[in-house]
Amino acid sequence: MPFIPHTENDVHAMLETIGIRSINELFDEIPSELLIDQLPAIPKALNEMQIARLMKSRAKQDENSLCFIGAGAYEHHIPAAVWDIAGRVEYMTAYTPYQPEASQGELQLLYEYQTMMASLTGMDVSNASLYDGASAVAEAILMAIRSNRQCQAKRVLIPTTLNPLYRKTIQTIVSKQAIELIDVPFDEKTGRITVEAIDKIVTQEFAALVIPQPNFFGLLGDVDALTDWAHQRQALVVAVVNPMTLALLKEPGLWGEKGADIACGDAQPFGIPLSSGGPYLGFLCCKNEHVRQMPGRVVGKTTDVDGKTGYLLTLQAREQHIRRSKATSNICSNQGLMAVAATIYLSLLGPKGLKRVAAASHQKTMLLAEKATKLKGVEVLFHGHYFHEIVLQLPQSAKYIVQEMADSQIEAGLALGDFYPGLDNALLVCCTETKTEEDINKYIECLKQALKNKTFSK
Amino acid sequence: MSQLIFEQSQPNRCAPTQMPFDFISDKAVDLPESSLRTTKPLLPEVSESQVVRHYTNLSKQLFSVDTHFYPLGSCTMKYNPHIMHQLASLPGFLNRHPLSLEEHGQGFLACLFELQEILKAVTGMAGVSLTPMAGAQGEFAGIAMIRKYHESRHDHERTEIIVPDSAHGTNPSSATMCGYTVKEIPTLSNGDLDLDTLKKAVGPQTAGIMLTNPSTLGVFERHIQKVAEIVHNAGGLLYYDGANLNAILGKVRPGDMNFDVMHINLHKTFGTPHGGGGPGAGPVAVNKRLLPFLPVPYVEKADEDYRWITETKATQSIGQLSAFMGNAGVLLRAYIYTRLLGPEGMPRVAEFACLNSNYMKKRFEQLGFNVDLPERRASHEFIISMKDQAERYHVTAMDYAKRLLDYGYHAPTVYFPLIVPECMLIEPTETETKETLDQFIDTMEKIKQEAMTNPEIVQKAPHTTPLKRLDAVKAARELNLVYTPTS
Repeated sequence: MPFIPHTENDVHAMLETIGIRSINELFDEIPSELLIDQLPAIPKALNEMQIARLMKSRAKQDENSLCFIGAGAYEHHIPAAVWDIAGRVEYMTAYTPYQPEASQGELQLLYEYQTMMASLTGMDVSNASLYDGASAVAEAILMAIRSNRQCQAKRVLIPTTLNPLYRKTIQTIVSKQAIELIDVPFDEKTGRITVEAIDKIVTQEFAALVIPQPNFFGLLGDVDALTDWAHQRQALVVAVVNPMTLALLKEPGLWGEKGADIACGDAQPFGIPLSSGGPYLGFLCCKNEHVRQMPGRVVGKTTDVDGKTGYLLTLQAREQHIRRSKATSNICSNQGLMAVAATIYLSLLGPKGLKRVAAASHQKTMLLAEKATKLKGVEVLFHGHYFHEIVLQLPQSAKYIVQEMADSQIEAGLALGDFYPGLDNALLVCCTETKTEEDINKYIECLKQALKNKTFSK
Repeated sequence: MSQLIFEQSQPNRCAPTQMPFDFISDKAVDLPESSLRTTKPLLPEVSESQVVRHYTNLSKQLFSVDTHFYPLGSCTMKYNPHIMHQLASLPGFLNRHPLSLEEHGQGFLACLFELQEILKAVTGMAGVSLTPMAGAQGEFAGIAMIRKYHESRHDHERTEIIVPDSAHGTNPSSATMCGYTVKEIPTLSNGDLDLDTLKKAVGPQTAGIMLTNPSTLGVFERHIQKVAEIVHNAGGLLYYDGANLNAILGKVRPGDMNFDVMHINLHKTFGTPHGGGGPGAGPVAVNKRLLPFLPVPYVEKADEDYRWITETKATQSIGQLSAFMGNAGVLLRAYIYTRLLGPEGMPRVAEFACLNSNYMKKRFEQLGFNVDLPERRASHEFIISMKDQAERYHVTAMDYAKRLLDYGYHAPTVYFPLIVPECMLIEPTETETKETLDQFIDTMEKIKQEAMTNPEIVQKAPHTTPLKRLDAVKAARELNLVYTPTS
């Protein structure tokens, strides 16, 4: 039987020790009418060679194209060493480091991870990971409500320029706790929210304002003014950022006069493959004063009985296995292995490499936009500063163009119509450093063709 | 301890082959000054070989299933077949963007659809959604579905979730996150639930009950049908915490026990690696009445095509739990595992997990250890209590745990479940040989002798790990969560 090492002799000896005659007797406390003797709906067993053949043919089916989609998941180059090391069996097959003396390697690494993430976001501290970016924002909102003692209202402002997939997730996760989520609409010309506009809509007290930077469209907003505006109203600021962009963009800890209070998002761009959506790496960093409201595992530095430096899981009194129904979150398993990969990635890139990856991604996206807007009828949709991702306004349905270009093995971007009524012709496009000028030219050529096809078919 | 990577940093050292060449400038010149970063992030400036050596060496200070026996109760640390990693890492799977068109993901979606079907069969449920990213998120999804079910019937008085005192901490915590209050009920000394208390506890306020069966005490709830009847008669639903599914896989199905909803920890029962804390995956399975509420997205097969079902079609769904579809890579691994096991392999998992566990339990009992519930069959795990040793020799369960590290074993779970004093929860899993179990038992006996003759060696353990016992109080009091350069 697969992965079961017992010989017949073993089984006999073990049964004899237990004092029973057959393995089935081990289940004699279970009401007999509940026991089943077969599982007809399950396909018959394969050996390793057969499953390899099956999976290779399935993976082959999905191999294709040049990807220009971003929208929360980014294709960056992953150095070979990242998964050679993160994939080592010690990292891969350990459990949560409950026994610190047997897990110093993992714990020290997570301490390094926390340091890197806190520094990138300009925050004081970081936790050791959450599931993904969307659920991290949901946790940050719950945390902000707990942490903001000056505000009685369980009300949070969320711009509609926050990734719509994140907004859906937040709705699922926080809505059971009588929390009111107020949508803040964006300005149709600039694709952003402004202090003036938000000031008009918001009349009631609120616990936190969520600020995405860049926003879902790739646009930079006036985060300083928004942060100060929220702080003047005794609200906390939850920054939602793509951490890759922080190599160049101002860190949330320095937004406005006092800086954002919590910074979160998805660290998938740091060495984690696209992999159809997961596993990714939710991160959450915050200022010191909120640390005891943080969800999830946190690694702290300490000493052993001989005074040597070591690391362990700390502040466990916040967590479900101790506080049970009063814990800061129900999270138990997190995305530890992804944090291992991200830490190795960040070490390989260093401050200089990370800056170059961010700059190259940005410049290539701009190059693509420049070339695309030379095509008849193609424009940049909103006026403003984009970073790393951009919205093109096409002369026809973006969904149609995406479909057309897919036939030529190009994933053209995300058609925004499904998420934003009225933006049917808008296409969210992203380049990363992985795209060459040739790739971009191929994209433009293909886009040109797709636009033409439509004209002919009319 | 090892130097931190930051302490190996030298200004302007880097890994040049990792840098993009074809870029115009390392600034974003077209952006307003006020939006740009002016500080240098604290990232190490090191060479590629330094990075490789540092993190390879750190990995050596880590116990894992591939290197050590890891009988961590409630965590099912079984062997993780290597072929799963290799095949889940094929470029066609790794490079696919989550928002790629469905027609560019038919291979991937086929695997997910079949995994849904296999999980339905093995749980006896009517529908499965693979999207929850860990067991705790599965619990949240399950309780959210219970809530939505009651709401859909305009039954708004149900505010309480019942949880036994032996439950995992995630159970009460997930119930709270779903807006419920938690009512804890006691377990009888024979390990079964107290039915009389349960009868008194249920009522029009009961939304549901969360149960792990076999329980965290390592025994099967013998009156499960009665429990289901009591809760259902009161109008509540039954949630099955799949943490211990390994003990009954292919033998008994939660659906047949009349559970309404459950989660499955793929990183436990279905052999996916736990990654030093995650990623896991916690698919949820439901019976007919909860089908409309399943979290999205999940996969449907229409003719020969596979496609995502989202809330556009599943209008009563509790919604999305992550930006995309969950921990895809973990799901692929679990799919591979189920295909390697097949219909005959599934019940063997439970049978041999229970054989190993009952064998160990019996041998510990014979050696005079204080085995909890000796009159009961163990499931895939069992408890020994060190209460006597703690009283007589001042050697605690934690001391045993630390001493085991010296002998090259990861420690079992200690001090859980909370209701057994000085307990160790031991789960050998089905993939361990009898020799490994015997050696572990011999070692425990040896430690017992040490506790009687030389307690200090146990109390001060570990001695052979890179560090000795760490000061947890200091860590919490003098909180230091990030490195600060001294110069």
